[in-house]
Amino acid sequence: MAKIIQKTELAPQVYEFVVAAPLVAHKCQPGQFVMIRTDEQSERIPLTIADFDRLQGTITMIVQAVGNTTKHLCETYGEGDDILDIAGPLGRPSHIENFGTVICVGGGIGVAPVYPIARALKAAGNKVISIIGARSADLLIFKDKMDSVSDELIITTDDGSCGRKGFVTQPLKEILETGQKPGLVLAIGPVIMMRNVSETTRPFQVHTIASLNTIMVDGTGMCGGCRVRVGQDNMFACVDGPEFDAHLVDFANLVQRQQMYKDKESLEYGCGGHCRCVED
Amino acid sequence: MRGGLRNKMPEQASDIRNKNFDEVALGYSLETAIDEAQRCLNCKNPKCVQGCPVNVDIPDFISALKDSRLEDAVKILKAKNTLPAVCGRVCPQESQCEKNCILAIKSESVAIGRLERFVADYARENALDTLEENPVEKKNVKVAIVGSGPSGLTAAGDLAKMGYDVTIFEALHSPGGVLMYGIPQFRLPKEIVQHEINQLRALGVQIMPNVIIGRTFTINELFEEEGFSAVYIGTGAGLPHFMHIEGENLNGVYSANEFLTRVNLMRSYQFPKVATPVYVGKRVAVVGAGNVAMDAARTAKRLGAEKVYIVYRRSEEEMPARKEEIGHAREEGIEFRLLNNPTRIIGNEKGWVTGMECVKMELGEPDASGRRSPVKIEGSEYLLDVDMVVMSIGQGPNPLIKATTPDLATNKYGNITSDDVGRTSIPGVFAGGDIVTGAATVISAMGAGKKAAMAIDNYLTEKQKANL
Ligand SMILES: Cc1cc2nc3c(=O)[nH]c(=O)nc-3n(C[C@H](O)[C@H](O)[C@H](O)COP(=O)(O)OP(=O)(O)OC[C@H]3O[C@@H](n4cnc5c(N)ncnc54)[C@H](O)[C@@H]3O)c2cc1C
Ligand SMILES: Cc1cc2nc3c(=O)[nH]c(=O)nc-3n(C[C@H](O)[C@H](O)[C@H](O)COP(=O)(O)OP(=O)(O)OC[C@H]3O[C@@H](n4cnc5c(N)ncnc54)[C@H](O)[C@@H]3O)c2cc1C
Ligand code: SF4
Ligand code: SF4
Ligand code: FES
Repeated sequence: MAKIIQKTELAPQVYEFVVAAPLVAHKCQPGQFVMIRTDEQSERIPLTIADFDRLQGTITMIVQAVGNTTKHLCETYGEGDDILDIAGPLGRPSHIENFGTVICVGGGIGVAPVYPIARALKAAGNKVISIIGARSADLLIFKDKMDSVSDELIITTDDGSCGRKGFVTQPLKEILETGQKPGLVLAIGPVIMMRNVSETTRPFQVHTIASLNTIMVDGTGMCGGCRVRVGQDNMFACVDGPEFDAHLVDFANLVQRQQMYKDKESLEYGCGGHCRCVED
Repeated sequence: MRGGLRNKMPEQASDIRNKNFDEVALGYSLETAIDEAQRCLNCKNPKCVQGCPVNVDIPDFISALKDSRLEDAVKILKAKNTLPAVCGRVCPQESQCEKNCILAIKSESVAIGRLERFVADYARENALDTLEENPVEKKNVKVAIVGSGPSGLTAAGDLAKMGYDVTIFEALHSPGGVLMYGIPQFRLPKEIVQHEINQLRALGVQIMPNVIIGRTFTINELFEEEGFSAVYIGTGAGLPHFMHIEGENLNGVYSANEFLTRVNLMRSYQFPKVATPVYVGKRVAVVGAGNVAMDAARTAKRLGAEKVYIVYRRSEEEMPARKEEIGHAREEGIEFRLLNNPTRIIGNEKGWVTGMECVKMELGEPDASGRRSPVKIEGSEYLLDVDMVVMSIGQGPNPLIKATTPDLATNKYGNITSDDVGRTSIPGVFAGGDIVTGAATVISAMGAGKKAAMAIDNYLTEKQKANL
């Protein structure tokens, strides 16, 4: 059981949860995630550890209500409530070293998991250029936090309501065209965005990492449901990742596998089965 | 002595049970159990006992049952086997205890497994197995168990009975290992597993779910920071193998582990009342012929698949599953495609499975081990019309602990190396069960847990003496 200490709405359908999870907080590193189960009927879903406080024994998760479990969590869980299970930390921590200059690209709620990694990269001595984007200004999260760990912060929105109008790939491309060669580009966000970042950096031969959000069941390497094609290999995102060399990732296969339960889950009458309105 | 053939096990009719998740085998009645017990010759030199990996005192418990001393019967059983209700259901008896039974030479062996199940169930239902307050002296020495499968549970129980302060760390949210996430409800009801686990809790064993050793704590930290004096690793063989053929990442291709975990651990057969979905095709191919494959095939059938094939590259004789389960699968309408091997999986433009290409096999010349290995018949490829494939070709060790415990010796497959009592290359670290042997059986994993518990006790006693 993990008690929710604080819940904040960051943007429409996006909430920040600070929960008491001392064992996870004790050990977690940037880039890692947890598997949670809200209650007995719940799925196990992966959520990135967006921040942690070892002294307080808390971790922060940013959740976007996209489907049954995330909606259930965002809509019905408040401060003082318990999340039934939190297992972690899981996944390999991000590889942190002084690369010289790094570009951290975050899209949508992907900005949240970028933050602790950018912070660690900054602490390791890197020059951190961050590019964060969202559809519109109200959906942009972690702006100040990202600002505090970046040497340079570039914001883009699809509609131009904040920062530059357009996608994160445009400023990225412009920086690379100036001849700067960052030691690392990190991309976290929607699959399409990560794929486009990867295609943008490929001609410049800049090492690029993406954090993949596959469907997961156990998150411990036991089921193989999270497998993705990376180069010639089939990798398990939960134990071999979630970060991989973006230039080797088969993004089309990732998108295809994410669709696996699309029909089924819309069958849940939008209530997530939690209202018990459906019989056995 | 009664003579004659063994008593049949009452079962749900095959065309009814293949649509529900209730237990297939219904269990003996008291009368039938006593009648079956009377077939046992109470041998002076009981061969059956040697066939049992934990040497259950078979004639003794059967005698007690015969005399209606059920409390004694369960005590005798539990002295050697902490999970008799489980083993009575899932042990491959035909190749262990029952294979050696003297009656098997001329007729049918005593139905040892069924009697074991009966006694354990009777004890549970009549609350005969509530452990009496056994005021062992607490040693105030902490032992950590990693993994709550049958191996870890057995080690934990034995160590707790010796007075150790035992904590089990389990990666998943629910303890039991394969007993919970792998073996289906219709073969091993989860309530029985939980009952056995609650008995351990009553003994004072602490269970910490959601803790992944190698991530939440490393083995080293269990000693250095958490104050444990010994660690037993029973993490099983949980890493699913794939064939590495074309099309394995199509939608509709599962590992048996994923398919069974969704259904058993996450109870997706109750979807949408529970939130975890599972996809089930109309025509399903399960690749492999072990217990895992039979479970996957029978589960798919129960979830509404019209046609379910077992595709196996060897012949009938080599099928590793328990005989009883192969029989059950056949009765339930599973079709066996033996001497067939998949070559690739075919999908549509949306990435969903639409078929599986197979090649026919024949048995070649015996190899060095004397076994005839299958060779493919050139040009015999054909397309099996399926929309779902379950890969059930084996599991390996999860590499997490190895990767975070540098001094821990493993073999080339990644299995932890340990001696016959479970000692690993690191003093104070013991291991057993599937993580050492590779995928094996419940009872062998329990046997390893038992031996290791004794070895851990020896190790800690010696260490304490040395420190005095
Ligand atoms: C390592 C990792 C870290 C993640 N971190 C976060 C995070 O910090 N915050 C957050 O909000 N989300 C995160 N996700 C995604 C999150 O796990 C999914 O949104 C969630 O599982 C969806 O569950 P649901 O029941 O709400 O939706 P469902 O009802 O299961 O699905 C809704 C829709 O989303 C699709 N879908 C299901 N799972 C995923 C997935 N993993 N990724 C993309 N689409 C999916 C479904 O096919 C469906 O179309 C992470 C995923 C991974 C693998
Ligand atoms: C579907 C299926 C059907 C089977 N049918 C039969 C049968 O009929 N008869 C039979 O005798 N055998 C059967 N077997 C085999 C039998 O179940 C196994 O041999 C046995 O369970 C092995 O026990 P174990 O304790 O070694 O490991 P497991 O039962 O695999 O348990 C290991 C546990 O450790 C946990 N774990 C792993 N890594 C970590 C970590 N790093 N930190 C914390 N916890 C961890 C896992 O989550 C798991 O709960 C079957 C297996 C399967 C999969
Ligand atoms: S534990 Fe298994 S092998 Fe041993 S007697 Fe019981 S059923 Fe037979
Ligand atoms: S070998 Fe058979 S007959 Fe003899 S004691 Fe064992 S079960 Fe009874
Ligand atoms: S989620 Fe099951 S192996 Fe990765």
